Amino acid sequence: MAQVNQEISIEKSQTVLSSSKSVTLRISRSNPEVGAEEKFDEFVVPYEKYSTVLDAILSVKSHLDHSVSVRYSCRQASCGSCGMKINGKPKLACFTKIVELDSDVITIEPMDNFPVVRDLVVNFTRMFNNHKKVMPYVVSNDSEITPGTNVKEMLQTPEDVEKYIQFSSCIKCGLCNSACPTMAMDTSFVGPQALAQAYRYIADTRDHGKKNRLKIIDESHGIWRCHFAGSCSQVCPKGVDPAMGIQLLRSYLLGLRD
Amino acid sequence: MMILKESIVMKIHYGTALGAVFLTVIHILMRMTQDFHESLEYENVIANYEMIGYAIMLELLLILISVHGFNGLRVILIEMKQGPTYEKVVTYGCIASMAILIAYGSRTILMTSMGMI
Repeated sequence: MAQVNQEISIEKSQTVLSSSKSVTLRISRSNPEVGAEEKFDEFVVPYEKYSTVLDAILSVKSHLDHSVSVRYSCRQASCGSCGMKINGKPKLACFTKIVELDSDVITIEPMDNFPVVRDLVVNFTRMFNNHKKVMPYVVSNDSEITPGTNVKEMLQTPEDVEKYIQFSSCIKCGLCNSACPTMAMDTSFVGPQALAQAYRYIADTRDHGKKNRLKIIDESHGIWRCHFAGSCSQVCPKGVDPAMGIQLLRSYLLGLRD
Repeated sequence: MMILKESIVMKIHYGTALGAVFLTVIHILMRMTQDFHESLEYENVIANYEMIGYAIMLELLLILISVHGFNGLRVILIEMKQGPTYEKVVTYGCIASMAILIAYGSRTILMTSMGMI
């Protein structure tokens, strides 16, 4: 088990490690490209009360093992890059404080239901393809600025915005797809992320793509394969409720909503 | 594999579930018109089949449960494994199995209600 030397690292990190508290990270290591079996490496790292799991992983990279692969960018739960399984649950590493986990050992694995690229990095191709498939943009022939008229905006009331605004918060981190039990079984399932985005645009009063989107999701591996486990909504770090979006989409398809 | 739109299939799935529950309740209530053990005696069971209304209800129940059950099986099977050929086999296999079960069940209901058993 590797331990952090309480000094500045060899490659001259700007951070001087001074905490007296430490936690053991069990990081999943694998490299499917070379056929390497998954194993866990353990690292003891110091942390402060404000340290996140991402901070701890970056500390490992800086001081103990440069080869640990992790994807990250904004460090503020905006980019959706650092989704991973932390102590068995899909979470954003940058949005999970070590003290919140209340554990001396933190097990970090790549997200389920995604092919692993290496260590904690997964391949998002399937999710992004499904996202693109549901036409994640406002479909409208109207221009916001119509020449020769006074019509300059596509106005919406606060009530109109309320219908879809929470679904606009999606950062495409993939945690919902990772938690979804159907995604684990059905490799063709469109997934909660894409379905929630389909609802986001269908519920938008400016959009005219409802008919096409409903047609896209109304297939054998589409919306009907959701079993309403609700785990997608539980793990979303941005408070989006994909399970509700899916039920609302179903009500369109069952003719209960216009 | 699309024979019908999935939303239509699922409307049928939900509809058959509701219909089957309703008819099963009637079927159970019919057992209460007499002593339960008595209702299961051979002569009484045959007499039920010979009541035309009851025989129609049993036929409907058979169809509703078969359609619902085999569609449920199809859904489970296509979630477990994917692929165009596999899904085609599963879909047509479930339709064929459903048709065979309904035909065999109908034969029993018809023959019994016509006094051939």
